[in-house]
Order: sequence, then structure tokens, then C-alpha cells
Amino acid sequence: MCDAHIDLEMKKYKLIDHTADIGCEIFGKTKKELFANSVVALFELMLGRRTFSETNETTELETKSLTVEGIDLEDLFINFLREILYLFNGEGWVVVDCQPLQVTNKHIVAQLTGEPYIGTRHQMKMEIKAVTYHGLSVKKTKTGWVGRVIYDI
Amino acid sequence: MTSEIKIERIDENRLLIPKSGGMKVPGIIYANENIQHLLKTDESAKQVVNVAHLPGIVSYSLAMPDVHWGYGFPIGGVAAFDLSTGVVSPGGVGYDINCGCRLMATKLTLFDVKDKIQDLTLALYQHIPTGVGSTGHIKLAGKDQKKVLIEGANWAIVNGFGSPEDLETTEDGGVMAGADPERVSARALERGKQQLGTLGAGNHFLEVEFVQEIFDEKVAAAFGLQKDQIVVMIHTGSRGLGYQICDDYLAAMVKHARETGIELPDRQLACAYLDSPRGRDYLAAMACGANYAWANRQVLMHLTREVFEKTLHLTPRQLGMRLVYDVCHNIAKIEEFNIEGVNKKLCVHRKGATRAFPAGHESVPVRYRGVGQPVLIPGNMGTGSYVMVGQPKAMEETFGSACHGAGRVMSRTQAVKSSRGRSISREMADRGVVIMAGSRGTLGEEMPEAYKKLEDVVQVMHESGIAKKVAKLTALACIKG
Repeated sequence: MCDAHIDLEMKKYKLIDHTADIGCEIFGKTKKELFANSVVALFELMLGRRTFSETNETTELETKSLTVEGIDLEDLFINFLREILYLFNGEGWVVVDCQPLQVTNKHIVAQLTGEPYIGTRHQMKMEIKAVTYHGLSVKKTKTGWVGRVIYDI
Repeated sequence: MTSEIKIERIDENRLLIPKSGGMKVPGIIYANENIQHLLKTDESAKQVVNVAHLPGIVSYSLAMPDVHWGYGFPIGGVAAFDLSTGVVSPGGVGYDINCGCRLMATKLTLFDVKDKIQDLTLALYQHIPTGVGSTGHIKLAGKDQKKVLIEGANWAIVNGFGSPEDLETTEDGGVMAGADPERVSARALERGKQQLGTLGAGNHFLEVEFVQEIFDEKVAAAFGLQKDQIVVMIHTGSRGLGYQICDDYLAAMVKHARETGIELPDRQLACAYLDSPRGRDYLAAMACGANYAWANRQVLMHLTREVFEKTLHLTPRQLGMRLVYDVCHNIAKIEEFNIEGVNKKLCVHRKGATRAFPAGHESVPVRYRGVGQPVLIPGNMGTGSYVMVGQPKAMEETFGSACHGAGRVMSRTQAVKSSRGRSISREMADRGVVIMAGSRGTLGEEMPEAYKKLEDVVQVMHESGIAKKVAKLTALACIKG
């Protein structure tokens, strides 16, 4: 469904099996990259690969600054994804690029670039209802960071 | 995970997870031998154990036979909490607040529609908004939206989407008391503005079915069901509004749990004491979500009625579409149960579980009070459904609850992978089921092999005396997002 083998090669994320919903493991060499890749993964799951690699020249891209807080790194990770998902589900905004400017364990400031969702241009693949806390983890590994999240679909 | 959990068989249809560690009560899973082995394939037993850790849980943490791995609570989970010492958990209700089923009966028979099913399906697909983020024909302005959140299905009736008698057979009359729109965020309200009267995506569907078999003539007659009759099953909930209410409160409760020292084996179980401002606020917001869902299913029923009348050239009287029952299966409700000889009000969480009250219960619609509450159990896409009736044992053992569906056994990614190269819609067509869906992916995800056998699940409830089989419905057509 989501060309997981290609994603593996790119090492941005991979899908993990969950019976009723969908799980995702996201990778990043740094914390900033982890957060940026989590946005890539989320939109590729919902809209497929094209939206992230090709921005449409006829659309005016907008930028937004996003600041999110959390009680710890895991809470921050979920809160960040919740905000990104709301931009799409609530405001119909497709994020095509995310540049985290500042990331601590409790705080992130990111610069987002995006465009309005247009049904004829962005083909929906999957509805993601919510970002859940179930099985949540954000861990440092030898090669960088791994975040694990399960989406309710 | 599951292999570390001690599971003992109580009887043919029940398994016990004895109390251990931080569990406040034991766990009980309804499963016969056909289903038991499926527990090893996911983490649902672990989730039954996790729920048993929550403060103020009464008697046991339960799972119905359609149990499968959810987030926080297992899907198919039932748990009741003491009103003064217990908690309410938004994750124990689910993102899709008052996701549920609505079964409508008609005066038509299989013979009347068999040559027109293609046209009917196409008309339903064109007229009923489906799919991810689908928007409907109704645009709710501020004041009207608040009315929907307070009045539920009645708002739809007053605004011309159905008749007052539809409310008589809607669970709780299609309205949950205590709804306060002031407790709903601006974000949730915004998301709800354009989604009333839409089916949505995922496992939500509208299915045209016929009554294939009657198991209990007396109860079927009371429900107005007879062999070969055409019926319609709708499965959907509170759409983006409900998802956002859950999301908002869950995040607040994750913070709250840490501040109040409630220990959680899984953050998704975040909760607040029922007797606290935060707990009360959530219940008031949840009721808004529940009411939106009832209004949504009422509007969808009306749209369905219109399509049937127009496509089949029938008058309302000829079609005779009436509501058999509307039941919610993602909800927390304050209900009274006898606990060790004392009647107590409890907050019952049903996360993918259906209320199943027996004959005589005052919450059963007057029309059905002599036989019991209809329990609607849809199968997965295209396989049909069961109608059951609540039994007295449900009050003794399951806080008046039964299963809500077949229950997944295969993850969505596995299902899509193993359906590659197959045309699920053609396979369905070969079995005489017409399917129209927004995406091929959805069809693959929902293919029949992805679910437990509905017969096995239903049989466990029937044999345990929780709910009795009344009728089997077989699918003719299905529309999905």
C-alpha cells in the first residue's frame, strides 16, 4: 500500500503491522531529522509519495511557523504530529516541507511550507483519524533516533 | 506479549486472566476454542490486563469474542467504573465517539430488487457522500450546530430528515443528556460543520441486505423482520468532530494523569476521575459527539430512503422504510447494575461493544420491551450481518454488553498485500454482492479473510446466553468510502 520497500531504502520510515490500525517507525540521524521525517511519513501515508516530491508549480506555496510543547520528548513527538494532522484534517492544508528550527525534549519550533488540499490534485489513499499514544516511543540509537507511533485509521 | 499472560479456561466460552501485579480486577475474555488461538497473534490480551489497572474498575476487565488489538483498550473491550472512585477514559470510548449501526427494514423482498440492485447501488453511491473527509449537503452554522450537539437525532427529525417514530427505536431516543457544546473545542466544531450526513471512509459502510435466515420467529416478528425481506445497514459515527473531541481530551488527560499520579501502563489509557471537573467536562463533550453521530445516521437514513423511493419509483408507503434499531458501539454510559446484591450506577465503557439489554429493561424501546433490545452485529464488507437480542445473563456478566462485529485478524497492511493481484470487487460480484468503494486499497483492507468468522463470534455470545441469535442478513450491495 505504501511502498514500504522504497521507504526502507530511504530510511525515512517503515510501516509496522497492527491489527486494526497502522503503525509507523520513523528514523532520523538527528532529532530534527526525526521530526521532519515524521511529517514525510504522515503525508505519504495519507496522500502517497507524489505530494512530497513534487510541488505543483501552479500553486502558491505558503509558509507557517509551528511551535509545539510536550511534557517529555515522547509527548512532544505526539503533540507535534497531532498539530500537523490537524493542519490537514481541520484546515485542509498539505505540508510539503518541514524544517525544524529548534528542538528540545519539551519544545519544537518548525517552519512549514504547504498548499491547500485540492481533491483533483492530491489523491487520498488513507484517512488517518488520529495519532495515538499506544505503543509510543522515541529512542536514541547508535545511528540516530527512532520514533514509533500508531495511527488510528 | 500474550504468551507471558496466564490465561485459564473458565468454560466453553470464557477465558480468565487471573489478577496479578497491578491489576485491580481479573480479566475475562469471551472466546471458544475456535477464537482462542487468535489471541496469540496480537496484543489484545495484554490490553485487557492494562485496562484492569485503571482506578475504580468494577468486577472485571472484559473482552467480547470479536476482541482484537486496539490502542489503549482492546477493540471489543468492556469496563465499568465506580462513579466516586473510578475514571473515564477517552481512549476507552475511542476517537469515533458513538460509532454505531442503524438497521432499517423495508416492505420490499429479494424478488422486488434483484434486477435493480446495480442501479440502486450506483444511486446510493452517487447520492450519499462517502470517502475520506467527505462533506455533506448540510452546512451547519454556529447556532444550528450547537442544536445538533444538544438534540442529536431529534434535530434531524425537526429539520425534515425522517419521522418522529424513528426516534422510538434509536438507542436512548437518539440523544444523550448532559451535552454541553461549550466543552467542545473550536477545532472540533469546525470539523463538524460540513460532515453531517456523510458516511466517511475506512470500515464505515452502507449495505443493502436481505433476511436470509430466521432463528427466532417470535423475536424476529417483534423486530418486524421476515425471510427474504430487504433491509439496510448503516455503519458510521461522529466523523471529524468526534475524532477531535477525543484527541483534545486525551492530550489534556495525559498531562492530567501525570499531575494526579494516576499510573498508566499505556498513555493511551489516559483518564480522569469521573468525579472531577475534567472527567465531567469530557462526558459533556463526549455526549455532544454522541448526539452528532445520531443526527448523522438519521440524516443518512433519510438520504437512503430518498434514493430507494426515487430509483425504484415507490411512494414512502410502498417502500415502508422504518428503523429497526440504532445502536452505538463506541461509548461510555452511566447505567445501573446489580453488583453483589446492591444496585449501583456505573460508568460503562464500550469500546467496540454493543449494549445488549434484556426484555423488561426500561431502556429497551417500549415496542421491544417484551423481547429485549436488538443487538446489531455487522460482519465485514459484503458478508452480511446478524441481528441478536439481549438476554438476562448480559446484565449479570457483561454489564449489558455483547460483541459489535467480526473482529480483525489480519492487519490492514497484510490484507492489502495478500489481496494484491486479486479483484476483491469481482470476487464479491461472483458471490452476488455489488460493491462500490472510493479506493481499491479500502477494498483490500476490508477483504473477508481479514476478519474472524462472524459465525464463530456470534455463536460464543449465543451459547453464553449474553445475546440470542434472531436473524442472519446477507449482503446484496455495499457502498464504502
